[in-house]
Amino acid sequence: MMSKLSSIARTVLATLCVFAGAAAVAAEYNMPVGVTDVSREIQELHMTIFWICVAIGVLVFGAMLVSMVLHRKSLGATPATFHESTKLELLWTVIPIVILVVMALPATDVLVKIYDTGGEDMVVEVRGYQWKWQYKYLDEELNEQVSFFSNLATPRGQILGQSEKGENYLLEVDNELVIPTDTKVRFLLTSNDVIHSWWVPDFGLKRDAIPGFINEAWANVKEPGVYRGQCTELCGKDHGFMPVVVRVVPKAEFQQWYAAQLEASATEALAMAN
Amino acid sequence: MSAVIEAHHDDHDHGPAKGITRWLYTTNHKDIGSMYLWFSFIMFLVGGVMALVIRAELFQPGLQFVEPALFNQMTTNHGLIMVFGAIMPAFVGLANWMVPLMIGAPDMALPRMNNLSFWILPFAFGMLLSTLFMESGGPNFGWTFYAPLSTTYAPDSVTYFIFAVHLAGASSIMGAINIIATILNMRAPGMTLMKMPMFVWTWLITAYLLIAVMPVLAGAVTMMLFDIHFGTSFFDASGGGDPVLFQHVFWFFGHPEVYIMILPAFGIVSHIISTFSRKPLFGYDSMVYATSSIAFLSFIVWAHHMFTVGMPLAGELFFMYATMLIAVPTGVKVFNWVSTMWRGSMTFETPMLFALAFIFLFTIGGFSGLMLAIAPADFQYHDTYFVVAHFHYVLVSGALFSIFGAVYFWLPKWTGHMYNEGLGKLHFWLSFIGVNVAFFPMHFSGLAGMPRRIPDYALQFADVNAWSTVGAFVFGISQLLFLWILVQTIRAGQKATTEVWEGSEGLEWTVPSPAPYHTFAEPPKVA
Amino acid sequence: MEDRAGQAKGTVLRLVLGGAAMFGFAFALVPLYDVICEVTGLNGKTAGRYEAAPAALEPDRSRDVQVRFVTNTNAGMPWRFGAEQGGMTVNPGGLNVAMFYAENPTNRPMVAQTIPSIAPGRAASYFHKTECFCFDQQVLMPGEKVEMPMRFIVDRDLPEGVVTISLSYTMFDITDQASGRYALEKALATKSAPAAKASGDTGAAGG
Repeated sequence: MMSKLSSIARTVLATLCVFAGAAAVAAEYNMPVGVTDVSREIQELHMTIFWICVAIGVLVFGAMLVSMVLHRKSLGATPATFHESTKLELLWTVIPIVILVVMALPATDVLVKIYDTGGEDMVVEVRGYQWKWQYKYLDEELNEQVSFFSNLATPRGQILGQSEKGENYLLEVDNELVIPTDTKVRFLLTSNDVIHSWWVPDFGLKRDAIPGFINEAWANVKEPGVYRGQCTELCGKDHGFMPVVVRVVPKAEFQQWYAAQLEASATEALAMAN
Repeated sequence: MSAVIEAHHDDHDHGPAKGITRWLYTTNHKDIGSMYLWFSFIMFLVGGVMALVIRAELFQPGLQFVEPALFNQMTTNHGLIMVFGAIMPAFVGLANWMVPLMIGAPDMALPRMNNLSFWILPFAFGMLLSTLFMESGGPNFGWTFYAPLSTTYAPDSVTYFIFAVHLAGASSIMGAINIIATILNMRAPGMTLMKMPMFVWTWLITAYLLIAVMPVLAGAVTMMLFDIHFGTSFFDASGGGDPVLFQHVFWFFGHPEVYIMILPAFGIVSHIISTFSRKPLFGYDSMVYATSSIAFLSFIVWAHHMFTVGMPLAGELFFMYATMLIAVPTGVKVFNWVSTMWRGSMTFETPMLFALAFIFLFTIGGFSGLMLAIAPADFQYHDTYFVVAHFHYVLVSGALFSIFGAVYFWLPKWTGHMYNEGLGKLHFWLSFIGVNVAFFPMHFSGLAGMPRRIPDYALQFADVNAWSTVGAFVFGISQLLFLWILVQTIRAGQKATTEVWEGSEGLEWTVPSPAPYHTFAEPPKVA
Repeated sequence: MEDRAGQAKGTVLRLVLGGAAMFGFAFALVPLYDVICEVTGLNGKTAGRYEAAPAALEPDRSRDVQVRFVTNTNAGMPWRFGAEQGGMTVNPGGLNVAMFYAENPTNRPMVAQTIPSIAPGRAASYFHKTECFCFDQQVLMPGEKVEMPMRFIVDRDLPEGVVTISLSYTMFDITDQASGRYALEKALATKSAPAAKASGDTGAAGG
């Protein structure tokens, strides 16, 4: 009977562990490690707290399972009468506190790092609108020379099921935000109307865009690529249709792109004046 | 005063009045409790239909059934109905039925106010639901109704929404006053505070939380009302106000609110586990202190709902630490329940199944809550389906399961009939499977990057959403089975004994089944 | 028998006084909140006009602080509004001036309110404005354009780590709000023949 119990219990516990582990490790469904130091550290915090929870879960659910199997009236168990233990209460109050303190230390470190917005190399203003983003590159001499809107580019036909959905369905825009690698980019976030929120999972960056107020955040992206996110604050009917797309390119390529943008907007300004 | 009671005692039971006026005018805690429970069940089904509309739309990528504008009304009202119309009234109904019985009191302290507290609700929710049929549409700004989406950009029906919130809030405040007055003044002689049943303790603490925070909610919606109609700028930057102020005021209410929705559940679970383990609750004193700690801490953690808003670093750190701390007393409670089971003599009737599932699944919800408390990690979780998974685990497989467990547990006492155990177990397993298939995958779509409150999503979230929809429909449809079980049990069934369950302890199990219309006209002696 | 009537009267009195006290407390919260926000510099608000003591006006040349300006008009605000310079490098303690412009391109008089906001939040209480167009409502007649100076001092006690201060101005149309209507009435009473003062006189160079 005991061996039957232990083999059942061991099988179930093992399955649970495998399940939990597999699910977590399956990168497709886990938080991305991302392409910044901050995103990687956040992912590590996430995995740490996850495994702590798994460990506590195994202990607690294991005890429950054992009890449910062994301490049954149908097996003839007679109920014990103990109903308190100050020592146990103290133990299972203090130990969790210690675990939490241990968890809070690295979490504090990462948060302090996230708040350190100074010493940036570049500033971009991100402005939320119903239902699109506006990006403005701010430089020293003049307010902004390059600014554009970034709208969802997925055709309505795909949304209504009239044509097949593309690979980046709902995560593609007409004008992407372009920034260089290895550059500390400071983002200034605000909104034109209601509260929006700008999120790029691969950067570990999410900040609310609040009308009339300015928020700041920073990212230093190590790897070139295209990174996609979405608005993460309910902002009206098309809240689900205002994605964030950031193209990160090597510095030289960025300089070229930026120069071309400057020229284009100068030409445009000239045309409008005439 | 005592002369009046004695006269009634001799004048044997005239019984309840007949017809609809019985229900309109009743001051009887059992009648009022039943009305609250039926009302909450109807609201649960209404909110559930809204959930199924949401899940139907989210079954596949693309927009198939509803326009985004209507989708936002569904998500908003699903939340409002479930929080204010289903879970809270259900717990109040259980309190009305059981608190007087558990403390040996003849009724609640303020029976007429009790009646008013209930009858406000159908009116308030009728008004709220009617907004869905108004030309401007119903509330569409989320159950958390952040400004300025809910002020400057709100549909015209927002004023009815505000009125409905005020009414429901007034109902809760009056109910809470009633509970406190009853518990503090009408306990049977010999029942000191530290001898009260856990359900009574958890409801006493919950009632204080309600009185403390429902007025804050009233303040928030009144400020909204003034911003919308009277030219103030509480939440409007152009007049010197701040949208984030709304969030602070709302969540100062909102966080204790979620503890209001779980503390009575903790009490119920303590009763059921100890009864079906045939063993006294482990660590009674500790359970009381833990519940009190949770209630106190619940006031100082609100901004963990606002980690991405741009708070100063010191504030962000404080709220992270305080939120992590709340895990400690909650864990203590879980350990105490497991210790209650340990070396008991367990049987697994339907109430016990729901209580055990509560401990298992609420703890999972608690784990995701602890993860959310880690502020830097929360930058990745906030406003994604990870949060949706968390709160559905603690509210559906947490609070709602405790309500199901309580109903099965006390139904024989209320109706005098045993429910059909086989059907009860079937309802449990369908619900358990449905709830997990619906909500566990949401952890993953959230981690993979799916935001909340969107009617359509990118292709990588498709599989998870399909599973969630299947689970939701299984769960939803199995609640019709619950309705069947309830109706059958009320009408007929094996006769229930006075003590009903073998391990039952407490005054409520000393009155006949069904409990007479009036009980404890004379206070019982408590050892 | 106890004095039931007297007891009841006492209870009523205490309840009424309690209610009045709560109301008074709510009222007192208005000035109280102003004081709290000013003292703590909460939510990026930079408080009202700053009265500088002469000693504080000595610039700390050993330290550079970059001040950047961000300007925006909120939804439904058609004015042109911007800064004449994207930013400036200043020394804490020195008095600086930045210029902004605003133009009403519509054919009706309008009133604006500009709301400042500062990032990082902890710099807010160290940024002092001695003169700012954001202190008042701005009334512009159709086609009118103005240059608006903003004078500010960055406090010498600005925390070490703050190297860049971003000051954002968001301009709102408050013509239809009570404060806007009041400002417009006052302005119309003092301004003469508004229509005749269209773009030509104000030196706005086309565009």
